[in-house]
Amino acid sequence: MMPNISENEPVLHAENLIMQFGGLVAVNGVSLDVYQKQIVSIIGPNGAGKTTAFNCLSGFYTPTSGTIRFMDEDIHTLPDFKISLKGLVRTFQHVRLFKEMTVIENLLVAQHRHVNTGLLSGLFKTGSYKRKESEAMERAKHWLNKVDMFDVANREAGNLSYGQQRRLEIARCMVTEPSLLLLDEPAAGLNPNETQDLNKLIVGLKEEENISVLLIEHDMNLVMEISDNIYVINQGQPLASGTPEEIRNNPDVIKAYLGEV
Amino acid sequence: MSEEFFYFLQQLLNGLTVGSTYALIAIGYTMVYGIIGMINFAHGEVYMIGTYVTFIAITGLTMLGIEYMPLVILCALIIAIVASCSFGWAIERTAYRPLRGTNRLIPLISAIGMSIFLQNYLVQAQGARDIGLPPMITGGWSFGPDSFQASVSYMQLIIFIATAVSMLALTTFISKSKMGRACRAVAQDLQMANLLGINTNRVISTTFVIGAALAALAGVLLGLYYGIANPYIGFIAGLKAFTAAVLGGIGSIPGAMLGGLILGVTESFTAGYFSAEYKDVVAFSLLVLILLFRPTGLLGKPEVEKI
Amino acid sequence: MKKNINHSLFTALITFIVSFPLLGLSLVSVNGSLTIQGADNSTMIMIGVAISIVFIFQLYREKILHMLGMLPTPSLPFKQAYKNSSLEKRTTLKKVFMVGLILCVIIWPFMSSRGAIDLATLVLIYVMLGLGLNIVVGLAGLLDLGYVAFYAVGAYSYALLSEYLGLSFWVALPIGGMLAALFGFLLGFPVLRLRGDYLAIVTLGFGEIIRILLNNFTSVTGGPNGISSIPKPTLFGMEFGRRVKEEGNTLFHEVMGIAYSSSYKVIFLYILAVILVIFTLFVIHRLMRMPVGRAWEALREDEIACRSLGLNRTAIKLSAFTIGAAFAGFAGCFFAARQGFISPESFTFIESAIILAIVVLGGMGSQVGVILAAIAMTVLPELARGFDEYRMLMFGLMMVLMMIWRPQGLAPAQRPHMEIKNDA
Repeated sequence: MMPNISENEPVLHAENLIMQFGGLVAVNGVSLDVYQKQIVSIIGPNGAGKTTAFNCLSGFYTPTSGTIRFMDEDIHTLPDFKISLKGLVRTFQHVRLFKEMTVIENLLVAQHRHVNTGLLSGLFKTGSYKRKESEAMERAKHWLNKVDMFDVANREAGNLSYGQQRRLEIARCMVTEPSLLLLDEPAAGLNPNETQDLNKLIVGLKEEENISVLLIEHDMNLVMEISDNIYVINQGQPLASGTPEEIRNNPDVIKAYLGEV
Repeated sequence: MSEEFFYFLQQLLNGLTVGSTYALIAIGYTMVYGIIGMINFAHGEVYMIGTYVTFIAITGLTMLGIEYMPLVILCALIIAIVASCSFGWAIERTAYRPLRGTNRLIPLISAIGMSIFLQNYLVQAQGARDIGLPPMITGGWSFGPDSFQASVSYMQLIIFIATAVSMLALTTFISKSKMGRACRAVAQDLQMANLLGINTNRVISTTFVIGAALAALAGVLLGLYYGIANPYIGFIAGLKAFTAAVLGGIGSIPGAMLGGLILGVTESFTAGYFSAEYKDVVAFSLLVLILLFRPTGLLGKPEVEKI
Repeated sequence: MKKNINHSLFTALITFIVSFPLLGLSLVSVNGSLTIQGADNSTMIMIGVAISIVFIFQLYREKILHMLGMLPTPSLPFKQAYKNSSLEKRTTLKKVFMVGLILCVIIWPFMSSRGAIDLATLVLIYVMLGLGLNIVVGLAGLLDLGYVAFYAVGAYSYALLSEYLGLSFWVALPIGGMLAALFGFLLGFPVLRLRGDYLAIVTLGFGEIIRILLNNFTSVTGGPNGISSIPKPTLFGMEFGRRVKEEGNTLFHEVMGIAYSSSYKVIFLYILAVILVIFTLFVIHRLMRMPVGRAWEALREDEIACRSLGLNRTAIKLSAFTIGAAFAGFAGCFFAARQGFISPESFTFIESAIILAIVVLGGMGSQVGVILAAIAMTVLPELARGFDEYRMLMFGLMMVLMMIWRPQGLAPAQRPHMEIKNDA
C-alpha cells in the first residue's frame, strides 16, 4: 500500500508515549519516527518495555498518555483491529498462527475484509463473491511464492517448521497490504541461515514493496545490517537513537548492555 | 415518622436479610473462580442440599426426642455443614479435577451436568414437591406507627449475626492462617504455588469445602426463614449469588459480601415498590448491566491482557 | 498401603454422607407435620453396595486402573477400518452414508406408524436447534446457555402474529426467524465481548428473563396458560384436518379426491421439517466455506491474532450469534405450528441444556454428530419409557461423563480444509 503522505512526513510518529499499569510505568516517554521505505529497529535489554510500546502502537493497549500518529492520523485511541485496517500490522513474540488451519487458509483469513462480500452473495456464490475470492487467492499465492512456501500451501500451519511458521506470519501480514509492519523479535529462535533469509526478506519488503518496517530485535548482527535507524530503550525510557554506526559507538548504549550482546 | 419511612425500612431490612444469604453463597462462587477460574455451576445445589439436610436433621432430632430448640438447630447446622462439605468435596473430585487444565467450556458443561444430576438426585431421593418446615423461630420486634408496622424478626437478626460472624471468621482465616495464605497464593498463580511446594490439590479442595460450608449455612438460615425446600431452589439462588459475586468483583471476597447485600436490597425494593413477580428479572438484568459496563465488578481489579 | 486405607475410608465415609441422609431418610408430611421415614430395604442395600464399591476401588486403585488399561479399547469395527482407509475411500463412504440417510428420510413416512412419523418430526426440530446452536458454540466457539430464548421468540412470534394479525405460517416463518435474529443481535451486541464463561452466564440470564417475561405478561402472551389454537400450516390454502378451520381454505383430502386420513397432517408436517432441516444444512455448508466461516474458526483459535489482522471480533461473533438465533426462530415457529399450543414451560433452561448437550455430545462443530446426537437424545427416552423418572438424572450424569471421557463428542468435526488445487 502506498502511503498517501508526502515523502518528508513520517509514516509513524509517536511522541512521549507513557504506559502505566497501576504503580508500574512500563513505557516512560518513548518517542520515535518511522519514515517511508525505512527499516527502524528498537533494541534494549530484556524487560525494557519494547513489546509494551508495540502494544500501544498497534492499539492492543491504550497508552496512558502521549500521541501516536499513523499516516497523519491520530490513532492512540483506536482499537487494535481498526489500526490494522488502516495499514499498521504486527507480529508477536510467540508465533500466533491459526495452527489447525492450512497455510493457504491462514493467508485467506487475513484478507477477510477484502473478501467479506456479505451473507447473501456468499450463500449464492454471486459473481462478485467469486471474483473477490479468486483475487484473494492470487494475493495469497503471490506471497506464498515470495516466502518460498508454495509447496506447503496445504499443510496445517501447526505442522510447519519454526522457521516456516515465522515466514508465514510475515506473509500473512503482507497479504493485508499494509503500509507499516511491526515485527516483534522476528529472528528469535532462528538459526543463522534462517536469519539470513529473514534479512533478505525484510530488506526486500522495504525495497520492492515500499513498506516500512519497525522491529524489536536482540540479534545485533541483523539489527546493525538492515536498520536505517535504531532506537535504544532501557527500563521503558529512551536511551539513544541514531544510525547503526552512531549506536554502535554510543557509550551509554554499551554500558546498558554491559558489553557484547 | 411517616409510614412511608417504615415501609422503606422494612424493604431495606428484608433486602439486607436476603442479601446476606446471597453473600454467603456468593463467596463460594468467588473463591472457586478466583482459584481455578471456573464457575462452579453446581454450587447452588450445594446450598439446596444444605437446606434439605437441615430439615432432615431437625425432623430427625425432634423425633429422637430432643426438645431444646437451640440445640436442635445447632446440631442441624453442624450436620448440614458436614453434608454440604462432603458434597462440595465430592463434586470437585469427580466432576472438576479430571478436567482441570482443559479449555474453559468443558468444565463448565460438566458443572452444568452435575447441577442437573444433583437436582434430580434430590427429586429421586425426596420428591420434587415443596417440603415445608413449620417455623421454628418466631417473633421479633415491631416498631412504627399503627398504619404500618415495620418488623425485624428474630430469625432475621440471627441471619445478620450469623453472616457477620462467618464473614469475620473467613476473613481472619484467609489473612492470618497458613492455609489461608496458601489459598491466596494459589489464587494468584497456581503453577508457581505448585513449584513452591504448596499442595495445590488440597488448597483447591479446601476452597470448595469452605464455599460449601458457607452455602450450607445459607441453606440452614434460609430454610428456617422461608420454611420451604424443593430441589430447584438451588438454581435460582445460585444464579443470583453468582450475580452478586460478579457485581462485587469476581475473585474478591469482600466483593461477594458487598454484591450480595446490594443485590438483596435491590430485589427487595423492586418487590416492594414495583412488582414481586419481576424481582427475579432484576437480578438477571443487574448481571447483564454489570458485565456490560464494569465487568470487573465494584471491588475487582481490572485485568490486563498479557500480549 | 496405610495411606491408601485412610484415603479409602475417607472416600467411603464421604459416599455414606452423600447418600444416606438424603436417600435413606425421606421427609414425609404426615398430618401436617414432618416425619422421617426410613427408605425401603433395596435403597439401603444400594447405598451399602455403593459405599463398598467406592471403598474397594480406592483401596486397590492402581491395580484396578492397571487392569482396565490392559483391556483392549473397544472400538467400533468400522471405525478402525475408517481410520485406516484412504482419503478417497473416506469420501466415498461419506457419500454412501449421506445417500443412505437421505433414502431413510424419504422412505420413513411410508414405512412407519403415525406415531413414529410424529417422533421423527420432533427429532428434526431438535436437529435444527442443534445445528443452529452448533453455529454459535461449535463453529464460533461462543457458549450460549440461553439459546432457548430465541426458540421462544420464534414460537411466540408465530402464535401472536397469527392471533392478532391473522398471518399464515408461511408469512410468519421468515418473520419469526428475523425477529429471533433481531433479538440475537440486540443481546449479542453488548454481550459478545465478554469472556467465555461470563458470556455463558449472561446468556443464561437472558434466557431466564425471556421466560419470566413470557410468564408474567399475561395480557399479551397468555402467561402460564400460554397461547392455544395455533393454526397448522397449509399447502396452497389446503388444510390437512378433517374440517376447515379457517374460512376460505379448502381441504386436502377433498381436493385430492381421497378419503381423509389423520396421517396426512402428520406426513405434511414431517416433510416441512425435512425441508427446513435441508435448508439449515445448506446454509451451514455454505457458511463454513465462506469468509465468515473461516473467520469464526480463526477467532476460535486465536482471537489476538485476528485482532492484529483487522478482523472485527465483535462483528464476527455477532454474525454467528444472529444466524444461530435465526435458526432457533425458524424451529420455534415450526414447533408452535406443530403443537398448536405453546406455553413458557416449553422454554426453560433445561431445554437450552438439552440442545447444548446435543451439540456437545455430537461433537462441537460437526453436523453429522449433531444429527446423530439429536436422534439419540430424542429417541432414547422414548425407548426407555420405563425409566422415565431417571431420564433427567441420566442426562446430567451423561453430560459429566461425556466431558470426562470424550469431550470431543461422538463424531468430532472433520473440518473441510481449503486447499490449493495443483494447477497453479
